[in-house]
Amino acid sequence: MTFLWQWLGDPANWVGPDGIWVRIGEHLVYSAITLVLAAALAIPLGLWVGHTGKARRLVVNVANGARALPTLGLLFLAVLVAGPLLPGDLAFAVPAILVLVILAIPPILAGAYAGVEAVDRQAVDAARGMGMVGHQVLLNVELPCALPLMLGGLRSAALQVIATATLAASVSLGGLGRFLIDGQAYRDYGQMAGGAVLVAALAMVVDVVFVGFQRLVVSPGLTSSVVTRRGLREHLSTN
Amino acid sequence: MIRFTDVTKTYPNGTQAINGLSLTAPTGRITVLVGPSGCGKTTSLRMINRMIEPSTGTVQIDGRDVAELGAAQLRRGIGYVIQSGGLFPHRTVADNIATVPRLLGWSRQQIASRTAELMERVGLDHHLARRYPNQLSGGQQQRVGVARALAADPPVMLMDEPFSAVDPIVREQLQDEFLRLQSELGKTIVFVTHDIDEAIKLADQVAVMRVGGTVAQFDTPAGLLRHPADAFVADFVGRDRGFRALGFDSGITIRTTPEPTIEVGASLEQARAVAGSAAWLLVVDSDQHPLGWLEMAELSGAVQDADLRLGGTLAVQGGSLRAALDAALSAPSKRGVVVDVDGQLVGTVSAQQVLAEAERLPR
Repeated sequence: MTFLWQWLGDPANWVGPDGIWVRIGEHLVYSAITLVLAAALAIPLGLWVGHTGKARRLVVNVANGARALPTLGLLFLAVLVAGPLLPGDLAFAVPAILVLVILAIPPILAGAYAGVEAVDRQAVDAARGMGMVGHQVLLNVELPCALPLMLGGLRSAALQVIATATLAASVSLGGLGRFLIDGQAYRDYGQMAGGAVLVAALAMVVDVVFVGFQRLVVSPGLTSSVVTRRGLREHLSTN
Repeated sequence: MIRFTDVTKTYPNGTQAINGLSLTAPTGRITVLVGPSGCGKTTSLRMINRMIEPSTGTVQIDGRDVAELGAAQLRRGIGYVIQSGGLFPHRTVADNIATVPRLLGWSRQQIASRTAELMERVGLDHHLARRYPNQLSGGQQQRVGVARALAADPPVMLMDEPFSAVDPIVREQLQDEFLRLQSELGKTIVFVTHDIDEAIKLADQVAVMRVGGTVAQFDTPAGLLRHPADAFVADFVGRDRGFRALGFDSGITIRTTPEPTIEVGASLEQARAVAGSAAWLLVVDSDQHPLGWLEMAELSGAVQDADLRLGGTLAVQGGSLRAALDAALSAPSKRGVVVDVDGQLVGTVSAQQVLAEAERLPR
């Protein structure tokens, strides 16, 4: 364990163009691009499936099937096929992000359609019965009520992407994966372990950020804790 | 006025939900659709606001075929209350109530004052405005559902088993308040329930429906109890029909017997003097409001609250014969206490006297 602390503790490892901070930045940028793209595809599709109930079986099966794809194999395939068609760094960046997007879509999609499907049917019926039209029902009722499950899907996709983005380094892109690959190449186990610890720590930090975000955007009426928190406060204030 | 004309609903799998329904729900009245599950009562209700389209036949509101009106536009003009409220869990009570006014584009100020007014009207404390539905009791949620349906002051209200998800005590309370509200608002209401007692209590008119979607009888509650159209209706209306029908014999002034009374604090001697040979003595307060009965044989000192036997119900003079009979049957003295509308003692009546009145009435 000492070599791990030595490597993490050495200020020289943190700065510079291939220092830890830069790698964390790269890692976050790849992950963020991936998530934004995956969400832009999966959330509208998931909401549509949940709202209309159409193509549900097809989408569920494709999404589940995509989970079984071997990410590393897909990555090399994508680089081999798409790489020659693209100039410079893009030859690696585009296939890498493409593969990560494919990885991220299933949980986001599942969260979105399951979220909409889980919305109280009575509330949806009341919304229609009071004269909301399709998109009003979706935006005013289904979407806000689906948020907890939808953000849950986004959150687990984020964790998977951050963990898997280490693979990007294997096709000579940056990110925290570099430390794993370089460490192994130079038999520098401190660096390898350090890289692994950093990936795990980053995943946890991002998770905490997501939890905070969820607290912010999800209506308190949808979290059962609202009752207990209020109850507790009232209990404390009367004593 | 809502009018169904020869309405049928057949589903693609051949199920006949409604079969030749013709029915008129008059303006300003409560029309209750009642029947066993699968009789098409909810389907019928949902045809009024086009949540379900009839296969054949027409549904009209005030002479206009609903099929010719835009569904969303139509629904915004019809109050809609469903079982367990159907409240939006992510919105506060105030925001739930404001749903239709927002859809109609009311100003913020209009919405705020309307919301406050409605909460008071349905008996919700104003501090609940910022609560979420999961912080409310079942009864409170139901009140929010009613307030939400009333928000844009629609002339027509559709209510689908609105009180069936709450416990019996709260249900009765909600029913009483609903009747009070209706007496103030005079909406045209179509109300669906599977509970015949609820139907008889709330309705101006009841349509008893049978499985397959036909009306077995369309009548007033009293008519339903007195003259069930067939064996199905008689069975569905249930037992005690004759006794329950006494509930609709009201406005009769029963001849009462004057009752000697005493107040709490009177001495034993005073009580004995008033009671004479009677075994029971009625205790009233200084305003002549009956408090309870006193058993003379048990009395050993001054009259105290603790000596009172409660449990006897009170009948209002001019109220129903059912209430008068119940007062007589529930009183330990066997003398039913009759009061005026202000709750002051009029006199007492025996079960025999009430039955004599009932005998005189046509059936």
